[in-house]
Amino acid sequence: MLTVVSILPTTNQVQDPAIRVQGLEKSYKELHVLRGVDFEVARGSIFALLGSNGAGKTTVVKILSTLLAADAGTARVNGFDVATQAADVRQSISLTGQFAAVDEILSGRENLVLVARLRHLKDPGVIADDLLRRFSLTEAGTRRSATYSGGMRRRLDIAMSLIGNPPVIFLDEPTAGLDPEARIEVWQAVKRLAESGTTVLLTTQYLDEAEQLADRIAILHQGRIIVNGTLAELKQLLPPAKVEYVEKQPSLEDVFFAVVGHAGEDGKGSQDRQTNSSKK
Amino acid sequence: MATHFFADTAVLTGRTMRHVTRSLDTIITTAITPVAMMLLFVYVFGGAIDTGSVSYVNYMLPGILLITIASGISYTALRLFTDMQGGIFERFQSLPIARSGVLWAHVLTSLTANVISLVVVVGVAVGIGFRSSAGVSAWLAVAGILILFTLALTWIAVIPGLTAKSVDGAGAFAYPLIFLPFISSAFVPTGTMPGPVRAFAENQPVTSIVNTIRGLFAKQPVGTSIWTALAWCVGILIVAYIVAGISYRRRIS
Repeated sequence: MLTVVSILPTTNQVQDPAIRVQGLEKSYKELHVLRGVDFEVARGSIFALLGSNGAGKTTVVKILSTLLAADAGTARVNGFDVATQAADVRQSISLTGQFAAVDEILSGRENLVLVARLRHLKDPGVIADDLLRRFSLTEAGTRRSATYSGGMRRRLDIAMSLIGNPPVIFLDEPTAGLDPEARIEVWQAVKRLAESGTTVLLTTQYLDEAEQLADRIAILHQGRIIVNGTLAELKQLLPPAKVEYVEKQPSLEDVFFAVVGHAGEDGKGSQDRQTNSSKK
Repeated sequence: MATHFFADTAVLTGRTMRHVTRSLDTIITTAITPVAMMLLFVYVFGGAIDTGSVSYVNYMLPGILLITIASGISYTALRLFTDMQGGIFERFQSLPIARSGVLWAHVLTSLTANVISLVVVVGVAVGIGFRSSAGVSAWLAVAGILILFTLALTWIAVIPGLTAKSVDGAGAFAYPLIFLPFISSAFVPTGTMPGPVRAFAENQPVTSIVNTIRGLFAKQPVGTSIWTALAWCVGILIVAYIVAGISYRRRIS
């Protein structure tokens, strides 16, 4: 059924999900990071993958962006299989990884021109200048990106991901390590993206970030998606008894800890972190 | 995607070349250090070393050229390592480009940067009295061997660049390579060395390469040493290329 989409990805936009993940599994040596992950992301929506450190969020993003091969399960992005149609997947996506993937020795403008050239677009200079303006980086455009603040670097990073207008964008912890002001700047950029019809999958460990941005939220815990729904649906998961005692509406944070539970999290988290860093 | 291989590699090579031209210390280390070493050997130690009728600068230039390459390629490993750490490598790998172009860009940059350093070092050598009666074909043969040696060492440098856990690790592999010419015929005739050291010196790759280049410069018959030198270079190149390929695939599996 999806082969039709692979020929004309734009015709079935409404019915076909932008991302479909089924039974995804991945282990790093002994550590079973993903134990059967399933979810779908509708076209033009913002989907947040929520989880603590080492929950496997980055692993999911790496598999979806063809940087890592899954051990089992299937994943389709824009109708293309990540394992067998990797080149088509790469044509459909942009990845903004956990660390701002900008070339620090090049200027902001040179970074943008570089990506535009690698995407074989006409007028890379015009594209770069346009993006510098949209992300308020025109003045800093000729400076080496090493001199940028964390927020500016993230904006440049996201601007680089927009070149070529890929229909699906992955943002892996887009606001990690940013100050509140820079976070809001990034949030605005992400919202504008979704308004223009781009599908966004973002991972985050900040609960308010998911609450602010996402149309749907999935919680990844111990290698599985344990909850998946809209914010309203997730809030309903709390037992009604709690509502009687709490005046305010339960925040997503309450939901998160209620479904995940505090126990065992710290030990697991640090173990996963170790594995992550040694993998890098 | 294969149709874009050359275009993508050219764009990415342009990027890494900017890294070379914009960081002054890589230029200083790859060209100035071998030059300083050459001056030290010619004007300080050289007088005490008996190289027969050959002037000392003529005698030791081939070794200095190999040291230039060995220190130059450590920067290739560092540049690749920095790409791996910063996330830009992953960005390139997720773009619809010829993926191997990312590695080839580093290799071509290494080649270009080392050729520039070699030209500078040879220029200084001529300035302090290096003379060669070699014709065009002999010079081309020297250039060919040096390029082959650079290519072989560059693919060795790709391995720590892809697999190192720290900056120190990415750079440290080059030290034994820089040191190797000292235990060869590069600076001192091997005949003066004690038995086991001499045996090592005469049978390691640097000696055959140095003897070949020295012979070509002096317009002397190079005999079998050129084939030994080529065999070492090609052998190292093939093994390093295969191991680098395995390391690369391990990163993306």
